[in-house]
Amino acid sequence: MKVDLKKVEEILSRYDQAEHSLIAVLQDLQKEFNYLPEEALKLVSDRLGVPYSQTYHVVTFYKAFSLKPRGRNILTICMGTACHVRGAPKLVEEAKRVLGIGPGETTPDLEYTVETVNCLGCCALGPVVVLNERYHGGMTPRKLSSLLQGKEG
Amino acid sequence: MKVRSIEELREELLKGRQEPERQIVVSGGTCGYARGAGEILSALREVVSSRGLGNQLMVKETGCHGFCEVEPFSVVRPWGYLYQRVRPEDAPEIVEATLEGRPIERLFFCDPVTKERIPKAEDIPFFRRQNRLLLGDNERISPEDIGDYVALGGYRALEKVLREMSPEEVIEEVKRSGLRGRGGGGFPTGRKWESCRRAEGEPKYVICNADEGDPGAYMDRSLLEGNPHSVLEGMIIGAYAIGAHEGFVYVRNEYPLAVKRISTAIEQAEAYGLLGDDILGSGFSFRVRVVRGGGAFVCGESTALMASIEGKAGEPRAKYIHTVESGIWGRPSNLNNVETWANVPLIINRGADWYRQIGTEGSKGTKIFSLVGKINNTGLIEVPMGITLREIVYEIGGGIPGGKRFKAVQTGGPSGGCIPEELLDLPVDFDELTKVGSMMGSGGMIVMDEETCMVDVARYFVTFLEDESCGKCVPCREGLMQMRRILERITRGEGREEDIPLLEEICEAMKDGSLCALGRTAPNPVLTTLKYFREEYEAHIREKRCPAGVCRELITYYIDEEACTGCGRCLKVCPAEAITGQKKEPHRIDPEKCIKCGSCKEVCQFDAVKVK
Repeated sequence: MKVDLKKVEEILSRYDQAEHSLIAVLQDLQKEFNYLPEEALKLVSDRLGVPYSQTYHVVTFYKAFSLKPRGRNILTICMGTACHVRGAPKLVEEAKRVLGIGPGETTPDLEYTVETVNCLGCCALGPVVVLNERYHGGMTPRKLSSLLQGKEG
Repeated sequence: MKVRSIEELREELLKGRQEPERQIVVSGGTCGYARGAGEILSALREVVSSRGLGNQLMVKETGCHGFCEVEPFSVVRPWGYLYQRVRPEDAPEIVEATLEGRPIERLFFCDPVTKERIPKAEDIPFFRRQNRLLLGDNERISPEDIGDYVALGGYRALEKVLREMSPEEVIEEVKRSGLRGRGGGGFPTGRKWESCRRAEGEPKYVICNADEGDPGAYMDRSLLEGNPHSVLEGMIIGAYAIGAHEGFVYVRNEYPLAVKRISTAIEQAEAYGLLGDDILGSGFSFRVRVVRGGGAFVCGESTALMASIEGKAGEPRAKYIHTVESGIWGRPSNLNNVETWANVPLIINRGADWYRQIGTEGSKGTKIFSLVGKINNTGLIEVPMGITLREIVYEIGGGIPGGKRFKAVQTGGPSGGCIPEELLDLPVDFDELTKVGSMMGSGGMIVMDEETCMVDVARYFVTFLEDESCGKCVPCREGLMQMRRILERITRGEGREEDIPLLEEICEAMKDGSLCALGRTAPNPVLTTLKYFREEYEAHIREKRCPAGVCRELITYYIDEEACTGCGRCLKVCPAEAITGQKKEPHRIDPEKCIKCGSCKEVCQFDAVKVK
């Protein structure tokens, strides 16, 4: 996949060309490309004057960043304490059963990525999943399965 | 337009503003939206505009009111009726009834304990027992409208400080109020400001920590989403007291609505000259930037957060030199949490003497808790320090759902502990919680019932922290991994007799040897569950039994033949085809095929699926 470096330049132009802009630039890149392509990271390192090794350190340190392309549909399962005691681990298993992938993985056809998050702060709705930025509360393995299959069908 | 005084600002924002007395208020925080508040708002607005009722009735979106359990809900003014779990279809009826001044009884809140229907929000026990000094305004303010905040007296504290008080006087007032940091540590806020003011070095920075990472805590999100100007006003006052001209709000990236609303608030404050150069003509200048976090729990720790603002990986450093002396880029930096900042305008407006009357000897004011987990009235509550856990769980929270037994309440996030039933009369403040081995933390309270396994809870927190440990120091990185292995072994039924003393030994080493608070407090969930629920560990280790029926390797699902009506619901949902049986005959689960997903238990309407 060819990376459109013009887009990277455009994102860079929104910020100070300095180290403290690194995380914000990476967040915008992640949003634009759905992952962080190597060419883009090299350009960013160069422009912001941050050694590539340090950029790599930052990218792998924070959960928000992915070095691999992610799926077109993103399923986020909340693993906060309130969701945990109300059965969130069963949702992870159900997602694995239906999609065949665990947290942090993407289906080979790039349709789905499954992620977990520590807490979305919607504990009253627990257990919660977010499918493509839409929140679904009171989830059960059964409801999750129909949610995912409805999406596929 | 830059204003020179708050009177001028009020004139500018509020002239000609006339809101109808009859208002339908919809609570629009993230939770509200997740439950459909957006659809309800559009439906209500559609009815009002299509019938041309705009001058008689107003549909208003506010921040979260905190009563998440009955979301989405609306409050109808001037009467204060609360309608629970509203649907878009209810919109026409709500509009008509509000015009006629008639309540809709079927939408009233139903008390989970007494089953009584309660018309008004103020009479619902959940609200009645609270003292909502900070959250109260969430109900009256449209978060993206600075006019609403100003109408309620907003930015008056800022003006008072800039006109009438020296920075030292502000610090003295905050010190005297007894305000302590709401983010977890409970350090006296005034003293922190004083150290930062006295520290050598320019420029100085103030930071609002909105990296609310503790799972089960969301009061900071609610404040930022519901009343962002109160946080901002607190920060400007703090910056003036400290002598800082630049500030940061560090927000979790998982809180998109909070990022949006605080950013809007900053733009508005800039537009009216409440931020920027020469604020209100005082000569004082201050600017604020929003920084989005990258999704690392450890960034809630002050030194890690500051590294992250600099664009680095958020790894904490040892604090031989405090951040008030050497923080962001080696400059004096004062960090306080969202809720702490929101308390500041209140203290300035009403005075330290008034503030000191609320709370206990060592902990003044109110605290917001998120009451979640196995509890009837889930939500955010704001109570005076010193209230007992029993009052919180039973009077405000309405007790445990489904007639189950209370087992524990977990406070303080992953660094906190589990407090058992015998300590329910404990007054809640910074010092009392620490005495029993837990902590205030940012105020998460997760209620657990008899179906929660305490070993599993300890394993959950340790796994969480292992994943979030930055890995810089050995006791935290290795200690958590070893503890997780041991706890997993125990939950699988492979625990050994020597595991308990070994866990305790690792805990001690981590408490003594870790670099930052994440590692030093990480043993709390293990130590408190061992202290108060040791028999559960022993049941797992000696009897290979999970008393709460949670640990998968130690339980089996079966159908109670007496209770089963043979309706076939479980048979249809079983993904493993492990259930057999004829219609109207008791069904059976084949333990060989059962994958223990619990789907059958979830659908059974007769409570016939059991766990042993």
